[in-house]
Amino acid sequence: MKMKSKADVVVVGGGIIGLFSAYWLAKSGEEVVVIEKKYPGSGSTFRCGTGIRQQFGDYANIQMMKKSVEIWKNLGEMLEFPEFKFAQTGYLFLLYSDEEIESFSKNVRLQNKYGIPSRIITPEEAREIVPLIDISEVKAASWNPTDGKANPFLAVRGLLNALKNLNAEVYPYTEVKEILHRGNEVKGVKTSRGEIRADIILNATNAWAKILNEKLGLKFPIEPYKHQAVITEPFKYDEIKPMVISFKYGGAYLTQEVTSGGVIGGIDLKYGPTWDLTTTYKFMREIAKNFTHIIPALKYIPLIRQWAGYYAETPDHNAVIGKVREYDGYYIAAGFSGHGFMLAPAATKGIVDIILHGKSDLPMDFYDPYRFERGELREQAIQMG
Amino acid sequence: MSEDPREKIIICRCNDVTLKDIEDIIDQGITDIEEIKRLTRVGMGPCQGRTCIPLVAGIIARKTGKKIEEIKIPITRIPVRPVPLGVLVGEDEDEE
Ligand SMILES: Cc1cc2nc3c(=O)[nH]c(=O)nc-3n(C[C@H](O)[C@H](O)[C@H](O)COP(=O)(O)OP(=O)(O)OC[C@H]3O[C@@H](n4cnc5c(N)ncnc54)[C@H](O)[C@@H]3O)c2cc1C
Ligand code: FES
Repeated sequence: MKMKSKADVVVVGGGIIGLFSAYWLAKSGEEVVVIEKKYPGSGSTFRCGTGIRQQFGDYANIQMMKKSVEIWKNLGEMLEFPEFKFAQTGYLFLLYSDEEIESFSKNVRLQNKYGIPSRIITPEEAREIVPLIDISEVKAASWNPTDGKANPFLAVRGLLNALKNLNAEVYPYTEVKEILHRGNEVKGVKTSRGEIRADIILNATNAWAKILNEKLGLKFPIEPYKHQAVITEPFKYDEIKPMVISFKYGGAYLTQEVTSGGVIGGIDLKYGPTWDLTTTYKFMREIAKNFTHIIPALKYIPLIRQWAGYYAETPDHNAVIGKVREYDGYYIAAGFSGHGFMLAPAATKGIVDIILHGKSDLPMDFYDPYRFERGELREQAIQMG
Repeated sequence: MSEDPREKIIICRCNDVTLKDIEDIIDQGITDIEEIKRLTRVGMGPCQGRTCIPLVAGIIARKTGKKIEEIKIPITRIPVRPVPLGVLVGEDEDEE
């Protein structure tokens, strides 16, 4: 495919963030191109745990996720891609100590204030939701029925379809080598297949964000960490509907995957910063140990695949989203620290508001790229899916 | 409308992917097995592609005129064969 030589906006990175941003931009009438060094979704997006939750502990992520869930629910319709479905099956955090119950109760009160119907329930109620869980050590659970999960492959396919209909171009197997600028104004990008001129550039390369930033002399603290996940053989649907989470057992998260019915999940064992993505045997054994503590029946279920991907981590585990002051026309939405899939609808709406109007009604200041240099770190967000 | 006979030819028995699904993707210009896997789920079922990935490689070769040896087959990831989680836990306890 021959590349355009200019556009209104160049989005670098064809993951869920780049594609969703391009979608809002194209819908507002901007001529947009997305440049992806491999193929769309090949970064973290196709390796994610599929979880979408509103149970956060701060005002910003709660409101952003509330907005995201509204969009996730209507995405199939919005993109005219009915294959995509948001499964609103909830998130169940299993709690084993008084301290855990206290801190989750505090979060639930904040979530309720913003209209999220989460609540603390008894172990017996938790077992009604997922009959297979072992509640012998569980003291309570934090439950929100409006959280859920979605298939990232279908989300990406739906966005690609919609972008095609909006005449936005996506160039796969094309790498941005450099951001071109004159003085402090960006002018375009140099790619492995030629240059594209544009006055607005969005860095949506998540784990890779620092590579282009460093060439411009910019330092936002985003580092690639290796995280892994597994999937088991499929079994009868709806045995494990919600995402089940246990900090006590490995920081595990697990659920039946929306499309296949196998159990997808992970634990919080990580390596890095590193670019290495080989899978580790230790991870597989920890999965086996922790998953079977949470749901003993899983011992009969064969594991079929294990893979690794990057969490693009920041010091407070919250993303870096906003305008880059040093270069006019340069924007960043990266460093999603393990929850970029769920946040994509609202986070991209927010950055596109900032690009087009200079401001947003969403609480985007929370993700201010300059908070680190000011020493204003946010309370660490729960990283896991 | 007459049915496309290629919809009846199953390439991946585990994930129900047909010859038509594979050929449609290749017709869109996508010839990388890793990408075809992620888009159609071919090769991602319980047998992990032992049955179907060689067939997919053959289809790509036929449609693109490439030699089979030129087609990059995705890396096998552990576990090579499905292993029940309980067995993995067992190994762990033996050692301790
Ligand atoms: C094991 C695991 C489990 C996870 N579970 C969840 C979960 O349950 N819920 C959740 O919300 N999130 C989860 N995440 C995190 C989620 O996957 C990411 O936050 C999200 O996919 C980020 O999307 P993105 O578009 O920013 O990044 P990516 O999908 O990584 O996209 C960035 C793209 O930029 C491309 N790129 C990089 N450099 C260049 C360049 N120079 N030129 C052109 N292209 C370039 C890359 O190839 C890549 O495709 C998980 C992640 C992992 C690894
Ligand atoms: S036949 Fe395709 S994965 Fe088993």
